[in-house]
Amino acid sequence: MLRCIVRLQSQVGNAFSLSKVCLRNQYYECVARYSAATAERKRFYQDVSISQSEGGLYEINLDQRKLKTPGGKLFTVPNEALAIAVATEWDAQRDTLKFYTMHLTTLCNTALDNPTQRSKEQMITAALKFLETDTICYRVDEPHGLVELQRNEWDPVLQWIEKRYNVTIGSSASILGPEIPEATKDTLRQHLKSHNFWSLTGLEYVITQLKSIVLSLGMIDRHLSVEQAVLLSRLEEEYQIRRWGNVEWAHDYDMYELRARTAAGALFVHLTSESSTVKHKLLQD
Amino acid sequence: MPGSTPLQSQHRSKMAALSSPLRVCRGILKELRAIQGPSYKKSLAYNYVMDQFRKNKVTGERYCRAKQEAHHASHTYLCLLASTRNHLVLHNLYHGKGERSPEEVASLVGLRLPSQPGGKGWEK
Repeated sequence: MLRCIVRLQSQVGNAFSLSKVCLRNQYYECVARYSAATAERKRFYQDVSISQSEGGLYEINLDQRKLKTPGGKLFTVPNEALAIAVATEWDAQRDTLKFYTMHLTTLCNTALDNPTQRSKEQMITAALKFLETDTICYRVDEPHGLVELQRNEWDPVLQWIEKRYNVTIGSSASILGPEIPEATKDTLRQHLKSHNFWSLTGLEYVITQLKSIVLSLGMIDRHLSVEQAVLLSRLEEEYQIRRWGNVEWAHDYDMYELRARTAAGALFVHLTSESSTVKHKLLQD
Repeated sequence: MPGSTPLQSQHRSKMAALSSPLRVCRGILKELRAIQGPSYKKSLAYNYVMDQFRKNKVTGERYCRAKQEAHHASHTYLCLLASTRNHLVLHNLYHGKGERSPEEVASLVGLRLPSQPGGKGWEK
């Protein structure tokens, strides 16, 4: 039984983990571990439930056993909504466990384990570096249809973020990208600092998925929905699809995967950053 | 090709039909039923979701910020459930079957392999 849990932990992934396995082990062990990792884990539990510990944190129970992270820690989340969403992911598994569909679980594991040992400052710096090659700011010169599409769809979002955060970003068609003034970076750095570590983990995940800080902030600030943000992120692909046709096993597959990951990231940020106290109106009591 | 009509407004009009809280709620319940089966009303997620929708209904203010936030969150959760399911469907359809024979691969893109009378040299 213990061996089951240990093997399970090594397979539920972290969002940013590398496959360190083969580098550290000898060849035969590596092969055995790889085949164990790709062999499908069967669903070994009947019921999924949540429970609250004394510290106010929530845990996930698979039958009687408490869920652990791949790093061996007890899996705990700060609020009930996130716990329920994670429990639903585990409950959604049928005969085999498909970890690549369990995005919220993966994000929680990353936040809890922090396998790459990053600090808030490192994450903020990495996120701000993304701004220099932000999808929204990087324009093409041709074809004309795409240039116009980028202008029509992306400019409004740029205007929104410049107004919302009182910054200058701009766009550029040169290979170097736009010049981002230091004041802009400082303002955004201050804003990113206001997020806690969990929330920042989610936000960084969204930024790497959408390849854009502007779209990520637009979505987190609820100016864009997930579908809109994904559409804007994939604007060039959408343009090409309209010209040359859609290939379901590539285009739709990528789109749904991006939507799922982005939605998970957005939900993760929202659930870990705001307090979930219910504000009752006096009259309604 | 309609270069002048913004892509977003087309998608927006498709989504406007979805954006009422009732539709989002129904959508989430459909997804939960797809996950849990007929006993979905007993699940944790069902009770939480219904609770949230009820709580956010009682406020009388029109532009209540909490209501906007809850609506965006519910829309996001619906997107998560639906996209995960669709992604899995496509994965099983196209990527889950392992090695396919040449005939199956051809039929995936709507083609047929030519038949060679007498068979190829190595076939019986």
